[in-house]
Amino acid sequence: MANIISDETIEYVGILAKLELSDEEKEQAKKDMGSMLDYIDKLSELDTEGVEPMSHVFPVKNVFREDVVTNGDTREQILKNAPGQKDGMFVVPRTFE
Amino acid sequence: MNILDMTAVSLGAAIKNKEVTVLEATEAVLAQIEAKESEYHCYVTVDREGALAAAERIQKKIDAGELTGPLAGVPVAIKDNMCTEGMLTTCSSKILGNFVPTFSSEAVLNLQKAGAVILGKTNMDEFAMGSTTETSAFGVTKNPRNPEHVPGGSSGGSAAAVAAQECFYALGSDTGGSIRQPASYCGVVGLKPTYGTVSRYGLIAYGSSLDQIGPLCKDVTDCATIMEIIATHDPKDSTSVQRDDTDFTGALVDDVKGMKIGIPRDYFGEGLDPEVKEAVLAAAKVLEAKGAIVEEFDLSLVEYAIPTYYTIAAAEASSNLERFDGIKYGYRTEEYEGLHNMYKKSRSEGFGPEVKRRIMLGSFVLSSGYYDAYYLKALRVKALIKKAFDEAFAKYDVILGPVAPTTAPKLGASLSDPIKMYLSDIYTISVNLAGLPGLSIPCGMDSKGLPIGLQMIGDCFNEKKLIRAAFAYEQARGAFGKKEDE
Repeated sequence: MANIISDETIEYVGILAKLELSDEEKEQAKKDMGSMLDYIDKLSELDTEGVEPMSHVFPVKNVFREDVVTNGDTREQILKNAPGQKDGMFVVPRTFE
Repeated sequence: MNILDMTAVSLGAAIKNKEVTVLEATEAVLAQIEAKESEYHCYVTVDREGALAAAERIQKKIDAGELTGPLAGVPVAIKDNMCTEGMLTTCSSKILGNFVPTFSSEAVLNLQKAGAVILGKTNMDEFAMGSTTETSAFGVTKNPRNPEHVPGGSSGGSAAAVAAQECFYALGSDTGGSIRQPASYCGVVGLKPTYGTVSRYGLIAYGSSLDQIGPLCKDVTDCATIMEIIATHDPKDSTSVQRDDTDFTGALVDDVKGMKIGIPRDYFGEGLDPEVKEAVLAAAKVLEAKGAIVEEFDLSLVEYAIPTYYTIAAAEASSNLERFDGIKYGYRTEEYEGLHNMYKKSRSEGFGPEVKRRIMLGSFVLSSGYYDAYYLKALRVKALIKKAFDEAFAKYDVILGPVAPTTAPKLGASLSDPIKMYLSDIYTISVNLAGLPGLSIPCGMDSKGLPIGLQMIGDCFNEKKLIRAAFAYEQARGAFGKKEDE
């Protein structure tokens, strides 16, 4: 079954992905995503009833450490690559009027 | 012997024996970079001054007896998705085009502690998403064995730099074949270790449950030696595994008597180039003649590995790449209206088409209503794939097959059809899904003079079996692909 990706779906995924696509890119994305999903649909041939989803191959658990501060003041390093900074903080566009 | 012809380990020994100085080795390889880079473009950044300064500093430590390791003073290249303090780290993306990390990745720190001279950062597919190094925002890398062909990817710059003698060894990363496939295309040795063996701290994430750092190098001895340096437990990576069996050089033994080697029939079907097939099966015969027990078997599920991988990798990528928002680091768009518009424009202008394609797909398969049907389904199939390997490793020490269905394609031939490009990873990708180690070693040339790679796959934590089998094969094979024009 061929997957047809609607304009609404591409708009919605664009919001989730925080990407602003041109009209041309949207058309391409519809085609690409449709054909990728057709390809991925191959997985539905397999019966996975009762199979636990495996996120990690080893039985890894949360790794905890003592709640002790080990790093010093790294503000300068953290801000070093910021496109905008002021008074030791990141500059972002105004978010409310 | 020409310095550039030396392996990393032989150069390390020559430095220790005072036959070569660190500065001589560094100058020789920098001269090679200068001579060849305009043709091959293996590097995004070459740190000439930094390398020369490090060479002097390291020589003093070697002379003082403070650095005694086998690779002290040997120049190395690092894939441009590993953070290097004070050195540009771009992931071959415009969005990180100005990013200078304030810390180094654990793997790089381990190399530096062992006395490595860092030459620079190698080109790659943008964010490691690609199989040809053509999705780089900073131009394509060419295959030094034949510059009309791609070097493979995503660690194409690292593989090409080793093949072109523009470094003595390199680090790459492998999410679906990104070390093994370019190693195969460029005729060098590459190893993707068991998941969790090399710390991912400071490796810019693509698919976190699949990503692993490993070496690209000239021979199996170098491979084992580099692994001993970079395989460390790191509390900063919560998936880092504590291992007490990392004495990999102990496995450099020319003996495969009684070793059980399985050849999956499903790796030799439709789509496999006949010349690749012939070379790989000939390599199996070599191991059989040395006493290994070789038999064919059915692995199963091979055709489901790629759709499973692209679902999981795209999902993880869409989440991992959320961090590139134009605020903390990297590219920010010039003009915008408000915060959300700035996010969207920065990301849309900063990411290339393949990265956007995977972020879109990943966002979709994780979205409400599709999560179970796509993402969870893929995780269930992953469990089945892991089980198929478990069953195989109950019978075999090593699984042997091709690395890729063909030798290196021509430049420009792959990008037009993404699914076709994804198919070049069919034999490597399931190894990442199952967390296994996989090694790529050259086993021949096709009629076009392009290298063919042999892949050896082991059960988790069984790198030593791979190293042993690969070393034994290498002894029988002899020197590979010496460039005649050098």
